[in-house]
Amino acid sequence: MKKLLSQLTFWRGLLVLLLALGLYATYVRFTQGLGAATNLSDQFPWGLWIGFDILCGVGLAAGGFTLCAIVYIFNLKDFKPIVRPAVLTAFLGYLLVIFALMYDLGRPFRIWHALVMWNPNSVMFEVAWCVMLYTTVLALEFSPVLFEGLGWMKAVRVMRAITIPLVIIGVLLSTLHQSSLGSLFLIVPEKLHPLWYSSLLPVFFFLSALGVGCAMVIFESFMSSRAFKREIEMPLLSQLGRVMVVILLIYTVMKIQDLFDRHAFAAVFTLSLESTLYWIEMGFGVLLPMILLSFRKVRLQQTGLFVSALLVVIGFVLNRMNVSITGMEGWAQAGYFPSWMEIAVTVMIVALGFTAFALAARYLPVFPKAEPESQAIEAVHLREEKLALEMMK
Amino acid sequence: MARKAMLIDITLCVGCGLCRDACKQANGLPEGEETKLNANAYTVVQDWGDNTFVRRVCMHCENPTCVSVCPVGAFTKTAAGPVLYDEEKCIGCRYCMQACPFQVPTYTWNETSPRVRKCIFCHERLAQGLPTACSEACPTGATIFGDRDELIAEAQKRLQENPDKYVNHIYGLQEAGGTSVLFLSAVPFEKLGFPTNLPNQPLPMLTWNALSKIPNIVAVGGTALYGLWWIVNRRDEIGKLHAKLKEMEERDHSGEA
Repeated sequence: MKKLLSQLTFWRGLLVLLLALGLYATYVRFTQGLGAATNLSDQFPWGLWIGFDILCGVGLAAGGFTLCAIVYIFNLKDFKPIVRPAVLTAFLGYLLVIFALMYDLGRPFRIWHALVMWNPNSVMFEVAWCVMLYTTVLALEFSPVLFEGLGWMKAVRVMRAITIPLVIIGVLLSTLHQSSLGSLFLIVPEKLHPLWYSSLLPVFFFLSALGVGCAMVIFESFMSSRAFKREIEMPLLSQLGRVMVVILLIYTVMKIQDLFDRHAFAAVFTLSLESTLYWIEMGFGVLLPMILLSFRKVRLQQTGLFVSALLVVIGFVLNRMNVSITGMEGWAQAGYFPSWMEIAVTVMIVALGFTAFALAARYLPVFPKAEPESQAIEAVHLREEKLALEMMK
Repeated sequence: MARKAMLIDITLCVGCGLCRDACKQANGLPEGEETKLNANAYTVVQDWGDNTFVRRVCMHCENPTCVSVCPVGAFTKTAAGPVLYDEEKCIGCRYCMQACPFQVPTYTWNETSPRVRKCIFCHERLAQGLPTACSEACPTGATIFGDRDELIAEAQKRLQENPDKYVNHIYGLQEAGGTSVLFLSAVPFEKLGFPTNLPNQPLPMLTWNALSKIPNIVAVGGTALYGLWWIVNRRDEIGKLHAKLKEMEERDHSGEA
C-alpha cells in the first residue's frame, strides 16, 4: 500500500482524474448521442472537437514534415538529432486526431465509407484521404525507431533505403492536408467574419502550420528535457528560432496584403469582439514572438526561446479557434460554448498524447545523446565571432 | 422531365401553417408548430409582424453546396430538382450543415446513429406526377408548384404588373447560382432573415478553385522536392570527394617530403 502511494505523484493523480472525466463523457457521447454530450446544435454544427482536436491537432503535428524536409531534402544534417521526436509527435498527433474524429463523427463506424464512396468535389474527401495516407507515411517514418528498439536491423536498412521517396510523399501530403483544412472554410464566405475569411485561407493554414511545426519542436524538446533530465539541443533550436522569424514575417506580410486586397482593413480597427480576438491572435501569437526571436540574445537563451515558441503555439491555437468557432458565432447567433463533456474529452485526448509521448521517449531510442549544452552554445558563439572577424577583414 | 420548382409569394401568405402540417403528414413527422427548422420540421412558417409570414424550407439549389461538400456523396441533385440525402452513405461529419448557405440541414442530435434531416421536395410524389404536399395544401396560392422556367416567368409577370407592391427581386433566381425555390416579397429580403450577402455564382466554385490545384501541387511539388534533394545531395557528395582528394594530395606531399 505504501509503495502504491509513493508512486501516486501529483501528475499521475491528475492523469487518472482527467481520464475518469473523459471516460464518463465518452460513455455519455456513445450511449446518448452528440446532443447529450455536446452543446452543438443545428445552428452550430462544428465546435471544440473540430476546432481544437482536429484543426489544432493536425497543425501541431506539422513539426514532423517540416523537420523531415529540413534534414532529408535540404540536407541540413545538423538537425538530424531532433527529427525523431518531431516525427513521433506528428505520428501521435495524427493518431489522436483520428481518435478524436471518432467522437465528432455522427456515425464513426462508417469512417471507411470515404475509401469507397468518392466525391472529389469535396474538401472533406481530400482531408479524409490525406489523414489516412499521411498517418501511414508517419507510421513508416517512425518504424525504424521501433525496429531499432527491437533490434531488427534488416528492417531498419529497408526503411533507410526508401527514406527519400517517403519524405517527399510525406511533405506533399502534409502540404495538401494543412492547406485543405483552410480550404474547408472557403465555402462559407457569408458566414465567416471578414477578418478571417479569405481566398488565401489554404495558404495561411499551410504557412502557420510551418511556423507552429518549428515551435512545437522547440516546445517538446524543452518539455522532454525537463522530464528526462536531458540536455537541450540549444544551437539547433536557436537556428529553428531564426527559421520561425522568416516564416512569421512572410505570414505577416501576406496577412496585411490580403487585408488590403479584400478592403478589410476597417474591420481590424473597428472595436468588436472579433477585432479584439484578432489583435490578440496576431499581436501575441505572431508579432511578439517574431520580434522577440529576431534578437540573437533571445534565441540563444533557453527561457526566451521557450516563451517565444509557446507564444507561437498559443497564437496558432487562437487562429484555428477563431476561424472555426468565434469567427462563425456572429453569423450563427447560436452563442456556442463547449459543454464540460466536450472539454473533458479534449483534455483527456491531450493528456493521452503527453502520456504516449513520454512512454515512447522512455522505452524507444527517440532522443539522441546530446552534447553538453554549455559546450554547444560556446561553439555557436565561437563560430559567429569567427564569422564577424572574417567579415571585418 | 423539366426542372420543377416552387414559387413562394410572401405577400399572399396568411400564416395558416397548413403547408407545415401537410409536410409533416407526407413525411411522417410528429405534429408541432415549430418556427425553426429541425429534424421534425422540414418546413416552418415564421411570423415577422405586420402580417408578414415567411416559409423556411430547403431551397434545392441548382448547384447545391451540400452535394459538393459531402465527402461520401450522400447528397444528390436530381434532374427534376429535388436535392436528396442518402442516410446509408452518411458518416456524420456535418460539413453539409456547416456549409449550407441557407442553414437548412438539421440533425437528429439525440440519436446514437444520427441522420441529417431536411425537405426532400416530395420527390416520390413528383415521380408520380403530383405536386409537393405543401404547395397542394396552400389555400391562398402563396406557394405554387410548377416548372422552374414557367414559375420564373410568372414571378417576372407579377413584378411587372405590381411594381409598387413588390421589392423588385426574385430571391433564388441567382442567389448562390440559383435555387429551385423562389421567393417574392413586399419587404426587403434582408429584413426577413434571408441571407443577402451570397455571391451569384455557385459556392462550390470557391472550394473547387482550391481542389483543382491538387494535381499541379503534387506534380510540380514532387518534382521540385526531388530536384532539390538531388542538387543539394550532389553538392554534398562532391564536397566530400573534394575533401578526400585534398587529403590524399596532402598525404602524397608529406610522403614526398
